Amino acid sequence: MSTRRRLRPALGFLLIVAILLVGWEAAKLLAGDPWRFPDYGFYWDPPLRWKPVNDLNLPHLWTIFGAFWELDAKGETYLSSLIGAAFFTARESALGFALGTGVGLGLAIVLIHVKVLERGLVPLLVASQTVPIIAIAPVVVVGLRAGWFGVAIVATYLTFFPVTIAAIRGMRSADPRAFELMRSYAAGRRTVLRKLRLPASPPYLFTAFKIAATASVVGAIVGEFPAGIRDGLGGALLQAMQYYSFSPQDLWAAIAACAALGIVAFLLVVTAERIALRGYRPTEDGARA
Amino acid sequence: MTDSQTDTVVQLSGVSKVFEGRGQKAARVEALSGIDLSVRRGEFISLIGPSGCGKSTLLRIVGDLIGVSDGTVMVNGKLAREARLAREYGMVFQAPVLFDWRTVQRNVELPLEIIGRPKQEREARAREMLALVELGDFAGHHPWQLSGGMQQRAAIARALALDPAILLMDEPFGALDEMTRERMNLELLRIWERTATTVIFVTHSIPEAVFLSTRVVVMSARPGRITKIVPIDLPRHRDVETREMEHYFELITEVRESLRGSEGEAVDPRRVAAEGLSA
Ligand SMILES: Nc1ncnc2c1ncn2[C@@H]1O[C@H](COP(=O)(O)OP(=O)(O)O)[C@@H](O)[C@H]1O
Ligand SMILES: [Mg+2]
Repeated sequence: MSTRRRLRPALGFLLIVAILLVGWEAAKLLAGDPWRFPDYGFYWDPPLRWKPVNDLNLPHLWTIFGAFWELDAKGETYLSSLIGAAFFTARESALGFALGTGVGLGLAIVLIHVKVLERGLVPLLVASQTVPIIAIAPVVVVGLRAGWFGVAIVATYLTFFPVTIAAIRGMRSADPRAFELMRSYAAGRRTVLRKLRLPASPPYLFTAFKIAATASVVGAIVGEFPAGIRDGLGGALLQAMQYYSFSPQDLWAAIAACAALGIVAFLLVVTAERIALRGYRPTEDGARA
Repeated sequence: MTDSQTDTVVQLSGVSKVFEGRGQKAARVEALSGIDLSVRRGEFISLIGPSGCGKSTLLRIVGDLIGVSDGTVMVNGKLAREARLAREYGMVFQAPVLFDWRTVQRNVELPLEIIGRPKQEREARAREMLALVELGDFAGHHPWQLSGGMQQRAAIARALALDPAILLMDEPFGALDEMTRERMNLELLRIWERTATTVIFVTHSIPEAVFLSTRVVVMSARPGRITKIVPIDLPRHRDVETREMEHYFELITEVRESLRGSEGEAVDPRRVAAEGLSA
């Protein structure tokens, strides 16, 4: 793939971010609080007033950006403490993702081979996913008393389901004649699984992995709340929420850090997908299914 | 007598197949009825007949992909199931059904992998088969990087990898253009001559059936029956010139006429009415 084709999506992403940021400030220019820059002698009173975009709800971008460089009691910038928190949360979500993938795949393999279970268990799995994670997290985290490992379990809970659904789909995706071919070789179930079902799945699995990667980050962050863990992004969010009324930019900065972690997780999966699906039939415009 | 018996590769006696309709709307289909056929070693048999007359069903029954409703299928003196477990079949479908994620070489290795042959032997055998179908230069390609004809040749190489006693081919060239198809016919004959396998070949092309076969089995629909078996007494070795022989055209006419007869039977209104009553 040429460098140009590789760069184009990145440019598109940056363009959209730029448009969002410009829109953000444009809204404040139109309906926010007055802009005051005494150093530059600049003063602007927006013609309209709309509460959602005032300085408390939607701080100026440079205020948020500035929050990254504020020093805490230990003399550390907020940015570096957020990066540390992001690594901590990344570890939880990575473990959650790995466990979720394992559980999801294992479950799919069982369900594919035992039809009765599929009919009985899938509705239960669907139900498990409709229970809000906020309600599940304390049960798991507090119940397990396992610290960050418990948090990883919450991430697992959010991760396994899309993997199961996609794996079932993927393992059935092969041409029915491919199964007949295997039958003509007198291949057993395990051989069919190893040589046909599993290798046919990755194009489907990676779609689920993309969902699971971001879900595992959400699961890890939310899991940190009831766990009382303050070392991760969940802790950073909680802390920033407490000071929201006089320093809203901290919360926005923490949110940006969470978003960045989610994007990194997503990009890791996209990169893995690109490598793993090299031998597979390319789909429309060279992208993978 | 003993000699001719051991020389029989496929023996179908009184085979019938009924697909029981599932649900209320799906009707019960009598796909095959009273099929008797015996195929000798080294024969090339074509099954021809109107669409839906049960050609694929018959082929799948021989290959033990589906069971019979009645009758027996013996292959090499064994039940079809035993023959399948002994891996005596090579299958080629209308679509190549190659595995996208494997290279052409590894696709041909697949059956050898399944029966647990060592890596070196696998690779050598697959190379040999690819050379046979003239795909040696494309061993490292993925199937989706090849043309339809090349993919079908790879599928044939894979089917031959286990040196099967019988090659079952279901309209293998049906999706190819006329020119590729004629070339593939010649190649298939060359492979057949060299490997001395028995072939059962489903087609809906009369010239193809006549050109390839030692016998053409003509079938009729509803229920699927064998209406005629036309022996093709052309010289065993066939090439482009065979297609210009007068006798070749005579045989084509003979098959066409028996087909017309069978199709006429299939749409006979009295028959349809009677079937409607019994269904
Ligand atoms: N799995 C099946 N279930 C129900 N009916 C089938 C099935 N397979 C084939 N049939 C029916 O059996 C008849 C013969 O089909 P087939 O052998 O595919 O015909 P052909 O290959 O000669 O076109 C058709 O009427 C078809 O609808
Ligand atoms: Mg057919």
